[in-house]
Amino acid sequence: MIWNSAADFFAMGGYGLYVWGAYAVTAACMLAEPVLVAMRHGRARRALVADEEGGPR
Amino acid sequence: MSTSPRFFTFASPARFYPLAGKSVPWFWATAILLTAAGLFVGFFRAPTDATQGDAYRIIFIHVPAAWMSMLLYLVMAFWAAIGWAFNARLASMVARAIAPTGAMFTFLALWTGALWGKPTWGAWWVWDARLTSELILLFLYAGFMAIVAAIDEPRRADRAGALVAIVGSVNVPIIYFSVKWWNTLHQGASISATAAPTMAKTMLLAMLIMTFAFWAYAFAVVCMRTRAIVLERDRHASWAGDAAAAGTRSPLGTGQRLTA
Repeated sequence: MIWNSAADFFAMGGYGLYVWGAYAVTAACMLAEPVLVAMRHGRARRALVADEEGGPR
Repeated sequence: MSTSPRFFTFASPARFYPLAGKSVPWFWATAILLTAAGLFVGFFRAPTDATQGDAYRIIFIHVPAAWMSMLLYLVMAFWAAIGWAFNARLASMVARAIAPTGAMFTFLALWTGALWGKPTWGAWWVWDARLTSELILLFLYAGFMAIVAAIDEPRRADRAGALVAIVGSVNVPIIYFSVKWWNTLHQGASISATAAPTMAKTMLLAMLIMTFAFWAYAFAVVCMRTRAIVLERDRHASWAGDAAAAGTRSPLGTGQRLTA
């Protein structure tokens, strides 16, 4: 095992701020992007359904 | 027509929409499983580096993000060119859908690189050939998105975007070979076709698993965004209204007035 304790793991040999700073921003971006895309898809669908209900344009 | 109709079957947005919808959960499952495996190997199996300590663990996201940023640019330019040359609307929509994801990976490559550069080089940023050309890649993605958004008529916008994408693709080999062509602070290629890998096997394994994870992620997000773009663009086609009302299904019966 590389790490002796959880604190050891989070410290990353003194590079914790750099390693976790890189991973945190990557995770934030890669979690936010699919949510934003799903919201865009939802908007497009609702606009279409509203068009249908509003009759032909 | 001598060409097999099969080849063009999925070139129609109406065909693509449900197919992509069915594929997305599989891409997500692949991305999540590979990420879990890659992070496990990267943090619990790969040893601490002798010279860089644990700071090197940024490599497991830095290299995959940088590879994806370059690969996605070429894929975007490819589909943009197909969309232009063959007047294929779906190809142009795919190119549009790739751009934000490619830009995000470019940003992540720069961000993780800065956080790796500080502890190992002592600087967040240097105007080095590798870093500068990667920054230009971010501007090229931004330029593509800006020009496509600035032109109202969609097909004109697609063609203008294709031109930017194709001309800009010259930057990708410059990024890739920058560490060879110029003296740079950035280390050489992590993987080379001509030399045996210099990394420990577990480090290499974690990096490759994370690369495939990011790849699956890109497939998932690009499929999702293409579906959104298809609905936005084809909103006056009857199939799109049916698909929106029915969720993911796209009835392809009569009344379809789409051209591929």
